[in-house]
Amino acid sequence: MKSLGIRLLGKGLGGGAAALALALPAAAQDAPALNSGDTAWIIVATALVLMMTLPGLAMFYAGLVRSQAVLSVVMQCFAIACLASVLWLLVGYSLAFDATVGGIVGGFGKVLFEGVTADAMQGSIPEIVFAVFQMTFAVITPALIVGAYVERIKFPAMLMISGVWLLLVYAPVCHWVWGGGWLADLGVLDFAGGLVVHLSAGVSALVIAAMLGSRRGFPNQVHPPHSPGMTAVGAGLLWVGWFGFNGGSQLAADGGAGMAIAVTHISAATAALVWGAIEWIKFGKTSLVGVATGVIAGLATVTPASGFIGPLGALILGAVSGAICFFFTEIVKEKWNIDDSLDVFAVHGVGGLIGVVLVSVVADVAFGGGGLEMSMARQLGVQTVGVVATAVWSAVITFIVVKVVEALTGGLRVDEEDELVGLDLATHGERGYDL
Amino acid sequence: MKLVKAVIRPHKLDPVHEALVAIGVASLTAGEVKAFDRQMQHAEIHRGTQYSIAFMPMVEIEAAVADDMVEKAVETIREKAVTGAPGDGGILVCDIAGAMRIHTQETGDSAL
Repeated sequence: MKSLGIRLLGKGLGGGAAALALALPAAAQDAPALNSGDTAWIIVATALVLMMTLPGLAMFYAGLVRSQAVLSVVMQCFAIACLASVLWLLVGYSLAFDATVGGIVGGFGKVLFEGVTADAMQGSIPEIVFAVFQMTFAVITPALIVGAYVERIKFPAMLMISGVWLLLVYAPVCHWVWGGGWLADLGVLDFAGGLVVHLSAGVSALVIAAMLGSRRGFPNQVHPPHSPGMTAVGAGLLWVGWFGFNGGSQLAADGGAGMAIAVTHISAATAALVWGAIEWIKFGKTSLVGVATGVIAGLATVTPASGFIGPLGALILGAVSGAICFFFTEIVKEKWNIDDSLDVFAVHGVGGLIGVVLVSVVADVAFGGGGLEMSMARQLGVQTVGVVATAVWSAVITFIVVKVVEALTGGLRVDEEDELVGLDLATHGERGYDL
Repeated sequence: MKLVKAVIRPHKLDPVHEALVAIGVASLTAGEVKAFDRQMQHAEIHRGTQYSIAFMPMVEIEAAVADDMVEKAVETIREKAVTGAPGDGGILVCDIAGAMRIHTQETGDSAL
């Protein structure tokens, strides 16, 4: 309940929503009234966010790998979706949203959705709707990391890392920010998951990619994306689904949700234009893969800010993310020599970071935002604390998890022959294309 | 009777085909192949990352022609397949020991 209050208090665009937030503590004492409009919207948003992973992200990533690994990437996304859903029911939701234990993590009071009945309420919506909406976030976040290890990781190692990561990285960070944890107490602004989803996944992806090692032939002899069209379809599904991701995070069907969708859309469009323009200037051609990636960068960047800003802020965030995320794709691969194959860190890690930091500026009324509850400098400080804490926690825990899984599985990578044949046949016994 | 084999750029298949038919070549086969050539180093750029492509998609055509047609066929292919840039492909001329048209069972030059 506390988390909900903070998320609603945090935004200031809809006057009605602010009143709702003030009413919450009182309402919480009685059984709060169910708002069927809010409930309907969050049910729809839940479906939209699941569609982001299945098949949006799966197709986005599958088009970017070589044809011999297309199915393995779809398989990784589907397997993670199933695993994360079950783990979320078993214990993940409880660790994230049960009453806080020292601000660090939730307790075990909501294990197996204990008490999350059809009648239990979370604000104006049933808690089961809230819990499943959050489940779809728990699905997509580990699935984002798939882009770091495509074409070479062992399937069991991938499953172990994803499952443990969900419980040890995602659930605690989710609790810090949305579950009434210590970052929420500090007043951190993260509307729909710049820290919780994108920075945590991006940093962890970088760590996994560095520990796993590069694909054969990296950097210059790896195969180019086998199906840019598939990637574009996936990006389109992600874009539409993101309306549920950010708009649904309002947890109400009101003007705030509408504004969140508006700024989400503007940021995506702007970032894609900027990305395409940079490619045009640098290479003389604008690639579909580049523009589709720009869309995702703009979406990731606006995510933490989407409940606090106006269209002007979205224009600024989109432009900044299109440029900076583009250059980070080069920096990670060429300067750092890390084969974060599908640019998870450059797009999600850097995008999330930009959004989390810049929200303290563009949420200001001067940029058409809803205004800050503290001074801009202080908010910037709080946001920075959030970034550092999330990045360090994600990196350290991921490092440990990967080390343990590496020992358990006798090495994270498939052997060289299997990598050459491709994971589709070598691991799953199927071909994406029978030509 | 010779076999004229040419590896050409995929988008040159239609003009080459039309020109060969126009000079009297009655039949030919075409297949998609991947070709490596030192002169054809090629790079693709996707989202800022440069990928070097060793094997380029090309089209290989084969036409069996009578001896007096060989020179004309080779020149026709060259003329229609050239762009002037490296990677235009190449033409081979090989001897053929024999030929038969299955439907009519004709052999030799009359099978062509």
